[in-house]
Parts: sequence; C-alpha cells; structure tokens
Amino acid sequence: MGDRFTLLIDFLPQLWDGILITLQLTVGGAIGTVLIAVVLGLGMLAPTGWISVPCRVIVEFFRGTSLLVQLFWFFYVLPLVLDVDLGPLTCGILALALNYGAYSAEVVRSSIAHVPKGQWEASMALSLSPARRMLRVIFPQGWALMIPSLATLQIQLLKGTAVASFITLQDLNERIGVLRQATGDTMFSYTVGLLVYFVLAWLIQVGMDALERSAKRRLGRGDGKQGLFARLTGRTGAKAVTA
Amino acid sequence: MPPTESGGTPAIEFRDVEKRFGDHTVLKGLNFTVSPGERVTLIGPSGSGKTTILRLIMTLESLTGGYIDVHGEPLTHMERGGKRVALPGKQVRANTKRIGMVFQHFNLFPNMTVIENLVEAPVHVLGMKKAEAVEKARGLLQKVGLSDKENEHPSRLSGGQQQRVAIARALAMDPDILLLDEVTSALDPELVDDVLQVLRDIAEETDITMLIVTHEMQFARDVSQRVMMFDGGVILEEGHPEDIFTNPREERTRRFLSAVLD
Repeated sequence: MGDRFTLLIDFLPQLWDGILITLQLTVGGAIGTVLIAVVLGLGMLAPTGWISVPCRVIVEFFRGTSLLVQLFWFFYVLPLVLDVDLGPLTCGILALALNYGAYSAEVVRSSIAHVPKGQWEASMALSLSPARRMLRVIFPQGWALMIPSLATLQIQLLKGTAVASFITLQDLNERIGVLRQATGDTMFSYTVGLLVYFVLAWLIQVGMDALERSAKRRLGRGDGKQGLFARLTGRTGAKAVTA
Repeated sequence: MPPTESGGTPAIEFRDVEKRFGDHTVLKGLNFTVSPGERVTLIGPSGSGKTTILRLIMTLESLTGGYIDVHGEPLTHMERGGKRVALPGKQVRANTKRIGMVFQHFNLFPNMTVIENLVEAPVHVLGMKKAEAVEKARGLLQKVGLSDKENEHPSRLSGGQQQRVAIARALAMDPDILLLDEVTSALDPELVDDVLQVLRDIAEETDITMLIVTHEMQFARDVSQRVMMFDGGVILEEGHPEDIFTNPREERTRRFLSAVLD
C-alpha cells in the first residue's frame, strides 16, 4: 500500500489542478445559480402573466431536461447553430447555473411566498416602494427560509460538476481517472475521489450554515451550534423549504 | 362634533363604495364622511365589513365599485369623462403617505431593530434625513414608554411592547389619518391597558383623524366622537357613543352590545 501513497503524493499537483477546475465550476455555477434563481424566482411571483409565465416555462424546461444533455448542447450544438464557441469551462458553468438555477428558483419563489402576508401589508401601509419593500422587508426574511434548501442544491451542484469531464475539462473527476490509470488501483483511486468530494461538500455546508446563522441573527433569532463539526454533533438549521 | 360637518372638506369620504370578494359582496353602496380630526369607532359583528373599510382606505384591498376621497382628493379611483379610472400605483402610494395603520398582529419587521422599524419609511418614503428621523423616532419611543428598547429586535419584546412600537412606527410618518384595526385583540389581557393608554394620549394630544375597529367598548366610548354600527355591509345606525351605548335605536345593535359587553 505504501507505494500507492508515494504515487498519490507525486500526483498531488495534478490532483490540485483538477480540484481548481472543479472549484471554478462550483463557484461560477453557484454565482450563476443564485442570480438566475433570484431573477426567475421573483419573476414567477410577478402579478402579471407576461412575466410569471415565461419564467415558469424556463424553470420547468431546465428542471425537466438532463444536465448532461444541456452540457453537450452548449458545447457541441451552440457552435453549430450560432457559431459561438464558449469553451468548455464557460459551457460547464452555464449548464450548471441554468440547471441548478431552475431548481433554486423554485426555492426562492416558495420562500418568498412563505413570508407572512402581514409583512407585505405593513410595508404597503408605510407606502414603501415595491423595490424597497422587496429589498428591505420581504427578501431578507425569505432569505433565512431559503438557505437550507439552497445549501442542499449547492452541494448537488458541486457533485454535478463531475459531468464536466465529458466535455474535455480536466476536473477532479477526470484527474481521479488518471490516478487510477497511473496506480492501476481502482479502489484506492475512487476512494480518494470520494474523500476529496466529501471534504469540499462539507466546506460548502459549513459556509452555508454560517450564512444561515447570520440571517437568523438578523431576524433576532437565537443562533445554534457553531464551528466545523456543528452539523455532526447537534441539530442545526431550520426546516427546509421544499423545492 | 356632528356626524357630517357642513362646510370644510371631509378627511375621508366614501361614495357608493362597493367591495366584492368573488361572488360575496361585503360592502354595498356605502356612503359616509369623516371630518378632519374626528375619531370614529366602527362596531358590528364579524363579517360586517368594518375591517374591510380600514383596508380599503389603506389600499390593502382593491375597490370594486365607487370612490374614496381623502381630503378631497381621489385615493385609488377617479371619475373622468363619466368613466371610473384607476390611478397609477405611484400616485396611490403618494396618496397613502399620510395614512397610517396599526394591525392586530403588529407586523413589525423582524429583520430590523426597533429603531430601524421606525426610521425606514420616514427616510425612504418621506425623504427625511437619517439623523432627523432617528431623533424623531427616539421621541416617539419615549412617548410609548420604550426608550430602552430601541436596539432590540421585535422578537425580544412582549406583544404589548410590539404593538406600542407599531403605533410609534405609524406615528413616525406624521399621519393625518390613523387606522386602528383591532389593535388589542391579539394581546394578553394584562397588556391591553398600556396600549390603550398610549392611544388615549394620542387622541388627547393630537388632532389626527382616527378610524377605530375595536371590541374594547369602554375605550371606544372614551376616545371616539361617533360610533357607527355595521351589519351586512351597511351602516345600521350611528351617533354619539353615549347614545349608541346607552340607548341604541336598533334591536340588532342592542343584541350586539349585550353580547360584547358580557
């Protein structure tokens, strides 16, 4: 077994490059996801059908089609029909953002809809403009509700980045394949893969838990356990809003 | 003050107001006026449309027929060339700036401290300077007896304290008209008096026009100059509180009062 670890240490720079690609996909995808989710989520709540119906159609379309097919479409079809070549990394981020953005939009919509009606009424009674009402009153309260479900989707997004290896990206998943060829040990290589993905997912979870605590603190609600192992040792988080 | 003062422009005027929710008509052809500075209590069984009247003035419900004028200006709809035309949202919001409302369930913003609740609208709706709004808010908190709570979150306050903050928040907008919608109904009995005392002080010290929906008949008697009894979306009778409470004309009013005064 010792030579496996020697090989792994030699392989670390390559593995690190793969992790960087995976992180770029994850961070880029996450930023895109949140932007798309907020726009489509609020759009679905618009009082006029001209806005809400197209938003709903986009959400259903991207929820109802496979991430892998979307990825191939952006990578192989877009250059054919529009003569634009976005490159594999942009294609990967775009497909991830649209796919997870569509799921997250539903979380945003349902969280905003769960903010009590009295909050809308109080802000109308104070004659706040619609933009101010959303920005200062409704969204901050919806935000605290949506974080647990968004956290789940962010972790799924991280795991979803593995499909990027299908469009030539040398991400973590692809690097693990290379490690397997180099060592000739399938079990060892894929176990390393599992562990690295797990650590990344756990870091995301810790970050999202911190966000949730800060959102709750702003609502004047008590903060739960803190720190890297809080999730394992105690109950954290509010009830998730179902997507 | 007589129910309809001849001369000056009324603070509130309902003209043929109708409100339907689907097939259900809550208010039908309602007409009444409230004079500036007058304090009117609306009483009646639940479902009689009292709360709907307040919500229509606050534009929380849309008017399905007729007109409401505030200080002689159309609130949400106006008549133009014989047609009933809705005013644009921006205009409606400008019209409601000087109308304040206090709700049964307080509805303070939980993501803001007490003082932030009071400062938000004066700064962002009235364009008041931050420092000025804070100073004014502190004065109002002192008035409602909560000076020491300015940096608390609403969730740390009792119901009675939250409601007093909500009253201060409404007053921070310098309202000409204040709508009180069952403001003590959600409170524990021992917290009701503090809230009512704050409202009594406001009634005494200011000339804000008030429309009050309440089940606190003693409060209604002390504070209001007129009581309107509603049933089935129409005004059954109205008059001075002393007359309505001690010697109502209508049998329906008598039955309602004996039920709530028990």
